[in-house]
Amino acid sequence: MSSSISLHFDVSGDDFTRAGEASTQVKKTLKKIGYDSDAIRRVAIAMYEGEINMVIHAGGGTADVEIYPDRVDIVLTDEGPGIEDVEKAMTAGFSTAPDNVRSLGFGAGMGLPNIEKYTDSMRIETEIGVGTKMFLSVNAGGSNS
Amino acid sequence: MTVSEAAKALNMKILAGGDKTSLSRDIRHIYTGDLLSWVMAKASEGDAWFTVMGNINALAVASLADCACIILVENAVLDANAKEKADSISMPVLQTGRRAAEMIIELDTLMKTE
Repeated sequence: MSSSISLHFDVSGDDFTRAGEASTQVKKTLKKIGYDSDAIRRVAIAMYEGEINMVIHAGGGTADVEIYPDRVDIVLTDEGPGIEDVEKAMTAGFSTAPDNVRSLGFGAGMGLPNIEKYTDSMRIETEIGVGTKMFLSVNAGGSNS
Repeated sequence: MTVSEAAKALNMKILAGGDKTSLSRDIRHIYTGDLLSWVMAKASEGDAWFTVMGNINALAVASLADCACIILVENAVLDANAKEKADSISMPVLQTGRRAAEMIIELDTLMKTE
């Protein structure tokens, strides 16, 4: 079966209160079509972290989601400053988030590690001054966590 | 133990998100923490989540992690837009003036003696 559902979202850059809208929407869609609940949870968490990252660091971006019967592919694209040291950014506890973000409960340096933990594959393309593109994939039924 | 039973037993206020369905949801475990990414990674489905974070992002986290309810401790405030969100997604937000540690011990005891 090759049919898939495509969803596109604009993630607003200046508004923390709206972060989570895309992931909530995707979660709803997956629930409606009866997707595997563990996969739904992993997709929702990974996407929310991705959204928050784009709001904190990149002034927003876009999220493109492709739902297949056996997996969900997510592409997060932003035109932010890029990630200087991806390996360092992947380290749990490392964060460059400003203080005002920390006071909201973010900036614990868990974003990228969480995304890696909850997805089955994760690839980052980033260029300083140009932006970052993150390719994520979550398999239905096959938990990696 | 359901959310409404816990609210009653521990004398907590229901600030938002409490409808018939959401209040009758079972609390399966207890979780506590204030760093949202941390909570999202570690909280599990059906948790009663004890925290001081009453902002709209906490609602998103509770919803994505499928918590049974948020319990604001030490009278931590629920923001107006967070209240609106809680009502719209039916996520119960309870409040107590007491500390998380005391509350968790009591709730845990109640859940074990059920």
